[in-house]
Order: sequence, then C-alpha cells, then structure tokens
Amino acid sequence: MADYDLTQTHIIHLDEPKHEIALSTEKLNVYYGENRAMHDASLQFERYRITALIGASGSGKSTYLRSLNRMNDNIANSRVTGKIMYRDLNINSDEIDVYKMREHIGMVFQRPNPFAKSIYDNITFALKRHGQKDKKYLDEVVETSLKQAALWDQVKDSLGKSALALSGGQQQRLCIARAIAMKPDILLLDEPASALDPISTNTVEETLIRLKEEFTIVIVTHNMQQAARISDYTAFFHSGRALEFDETRKLFTRPKIKAAEDYVSGHFG
Amino acid sequence: MNAKKWDKVATAVLTGIAGLIVLLLACLLGYILVRGLPHVTWQFLTKPAQTFTKGGGIGVQLFNSFYLLILAMVISIPLSIGAGIYLAEYAPKNWVTNVVRTAIEVLSSLPSVVVGLFGFLVFVIQFKLGFSILAGALVLTVFNLPLLTRNVEDALKSIHFTQREAGLALGLSRYETVKHVVIPEALPNIITGMILGAGRVFGEAAALIYTAGQSAPSLDFTNWNPMYIASPLNPMRPAETLAVHIWKINSEGIMPDATAVSAGASAVLIIAVLLFNWLARVIGKRVYRKMTAA
Repeated sequence: MADYDLTQTHIIHLDEPKHEIALSTEKLNVYYGENRAMHDASLQFERYRITALIGASGSGKSTYLRSLNRMNDNIANSRVTGKIMYRDLNINSDEIDVYKMREHIGMVFQRPNPFAKSIYDNITFALKRHGQKDKKYLDEVVETSLKQAALWDQVKDSLGKSALALSGGQQQRLCIARAIAMKPDILLLDEPASALDPISTNTVEETLIRLKEEFTIVIVTHNMQQAARISDYTAFFHSGRALEFDETRKLFTRPKIKAAEDYVSGHFG
Repeated sequence: MNAKKWDKVATAVLTGIAGLIVLLLACLLGYILVRGLPHVTWQFLTKPAQTFTKGGGIGVQLFNSFYLLILAMVISIPLSIGAGIYLAEYAPKNWVTNVVRTAIEVLSSLPSVVVGLFGFLVFVIQFKLGFSILAGALVLTVFNLPLLTRNVEDALKSIHFTQREAGLALGLSRYETVKHVVIPEALPNIITGMILGAGRVFGEAAALIYTAGQSAPSLDFTNWNPMYIASPLNPMRPAETLAVHIWKINSEGIMPDATAVSAGASAVLIIAVLLFNWLARVIGKRVYRKMTAA
C-alpha cells in the first residue's frame, strides 16, 4: 500500500448548517488494548442529512461508527477517549445511561439480525420492554415503521410469521423498521447493504433517502457509488484516522487529500 | 484407484460402521424388551417388591425413581441455568473463569460410583441425612450439575453475538437482552439437554447405592404428608430406585422369580429412558416453533 501523509487532513467545520448539528465528536480515540484504532477523529453530523463514512477495510470507519452509540463498550479491553456531543451532552462519560442513550441513537448492522420472533414482535419487543403497553399505539408503530422501511406491503398479511422466514433484504429492512420504531434521533448504519443483492440494496438506499426527512443518518459503506448516490456529507477514513470530511459532491469531484483522491478514483493501495 | 472410486469405498465403509452401531443398539434393546416385556403387567408396575416369595412388583421403586428424579431436577435446573448464564454471558475471560470451566469438566468426568461414595461421606454421614431421598437427590445434583451447566452454556453460546448486539442497540440492558432475546432462542436446546439429563439421572444406580439406599420400605399411598414416615413424599426415607433394584436383585436377590423381576424391571427402565429421549426431541421442537413463531 502506498504511504500517505497522515498528518495532512481536510476536515470542514459546519459553521452555518441549515439544520442544527445533531451529533459530533471531538478528538475521539479508540484503543483496543495497546492498539490505537482511531486517532483524534473530530466530525460533525448535521440533522436530516446522510453522512457516509468511507474507506478501505481496516480504515477504522466501523470502529468510529460503533463508538458513537458506545457499542464498543461491550468489547473487552476497549477504551474510548474524547467527546461525543449529543444535545449538549458528552455521551462518552460514565454518568451516561448507555441503554437510555441507545433509545435515541439507534443502529442497524451489517448482517441482518432480526430476533427469532414474529415480524410484529420484532418491532414491538423493545418498545414493550421500555414500558409501552398501549396496543393501539404498538399496532400503529408497526404499520408506520414497516411502511417507512418499504416492507409493509409485503408483510402486512403475515405479521405473525417468523422474521427468520423473510429474505435477506426483507430482514434488513425489518431491522431498519425495528430501529426507527424506537423513534430515535439518529440512525447509525454499519454497511447495511453489503450482504444484500443489488435489487435489495437499491430498495434499502431508497428507504434511507426517505428516512433522512425524519432522522439524522450516519452510514458506513464500502461501496463508493452508494456513498455518492445517497449521502450529503462524506468522511474518508484511512489508517484509523478521519483524513477528509466534506460535502459528498466536493469530496467525490475534487478531493483535497491524496489518499482520498486515490480511493475515490479507484487507484488506492 | 481414482478419487471417485475412493469416495465410493469410503461411503460404503462409513455406512457399514454406522449400520453396525445401529444394529448393536437394536439387538440390545430387542433382547431386553423381548425378555422383559412379558413380565410387565399392571400388577408388576404397581405392587411392592417381595424379598422371599414370587410375584413381587416394582411399584415402590418406580415411584421412588420419579420422585428422586423430580427432587434432583428441582435442585439442579435453577443452579445449572444460573451457572450456565454466568459462564456464557457474564464471566470475564480470565484465569478464574478458566479454572471454573476446568473444574466443571473434571466434575463431569468423575465416575458416578466415586460421586456416590463422596455423597455417602458428606451427605449421609457428615450432614446426618442418612440413607434418604434427599441425600440421593443431592448426589444426583453433584453428578448432573456439570453436564447441565455445560449444556446451558453451550446452548447460549450457540446464539450468534449479533442477536445480543441487536438487543443492546435497541436500548435493552445486557440482562434484558440475555433474558428476553438469548434465552428464548436457546430454550429448545436447554430443554432438550435437561430432559436428556433427566434420562441419565433416571437410569443412574452407582451413585445412589450408598446415598438413597437399597431398601424400599412399603409406602402408604393414602397419606401424602411429607412429615409422615411412610408417606411417599417423605424426603428423609430410604428409597431404592428402579436401577438400584435391578442391580440388587442380580447381585443378591433371593426371590424365586428374581430373573423375571430383573428382566421386567430392565424393560421398564429402558422404556422410561427411551421416553425421555423421545420427549426431549418432541418438546424441543415444539418450544422452538413456539418461540420463533415459525
């Protein structure tokens, strides 16, 4: 792999965003034992926008994403330093109730992971655990979230069926529906379409574009066309660092950093 | 010879070996059932045993076996579930956990007669429980706990970690995720393991000879007060089980129809163990279907 100058970065600061900044990090570092997997990443995520995190495998984009709702907490020997600001609150601190926080910052994973429950229960399960008992409300949430995830028409007559009987693409959309049923502020997606075929990928992308009207979306993708198609902002990661962050249009047409330029033009490595 | 031919030979050999095992099992079962079933009558299943005369049954022993089994499972199921959940979900990866895991493995490979003698020294003598159902149930717990714990741990670990992530990402705590996501999915395997464990316990003899005892005092099935000495539910009475009974008749039985009683009792024991295995499959499948809404 070519050696790139890791000290040279181009990170724009959103001074006058149209919407507020929903989430941001300041000098975020992630350590796995002695290994520093993320170096001083400072990024901002504007509300009602899709921000794509791109970069090669092992660049740290997933590590960064997973630290945003503190899923890295579950990994033994991991340590995250720096600030993660959400609603004027640093959620990377011990006083934060991570479980409560994750109701506001939802996540969808690379491999579809529906529960071995019915489609209906997949969506209502967490809501019920959080104390929602109103059957009418639950029915309504199931319908709206499935509609938002473009799955309603295919499953409306079989809500009692096992989620495991759905196809991969349907399962992933169910996982998206399950996440948005919590009515989070922010939706983190970790390569949500990488295990899907092109048609399902397309449906998921269309779903995301519709969802950004209500949610702030941060998506990790290894698919550059996908990033270019759906995102408003893009951050390019390399060697555990965020090297370039800009509007997607600019980053893809006129990248400022050599590594980013090579990556988006396909000459990387 | 080419690969294709070798493949055919290997298939034939492997099929032969598998067939041999099945045949062996079938012969064994057939022999026991053919010899024993003719003696199994309602009388035989319900009447108490006779020491000196013909016509004794296995009623008390049969009841003892089930009662002991239930007591043993009541003690060991909650313990093994707790320990299994801890090992699979909470135990940090360090040397303490490794020691615990190794201890469980060693415990599960102890010969049951050794566990029985341990139970005799500790429960019967030291705790002054005497030859009793309680001592028997405790020793069966020691005997069964490692296997059940291992079963629970394996069942939980076979649930993919992405399921746990899914629960956590929805704002559920680790405990909620384990309780409401992981355990329900692992339940069919846990139940199957429990029932198979029950079958193992049901047929156990060596561990019980010196703990639950080798005598089956006649029971008064009209008085179910556990404090009453002849009550079937009294946990402090000695209780010879079916498996122990078979061992005893064959080693020192002096009733004239000892062979027949032994054959009949063996057939009943085998049928009971087969029933447990069959139940394990049926219930495991049914629970899975119910849990997953499949």
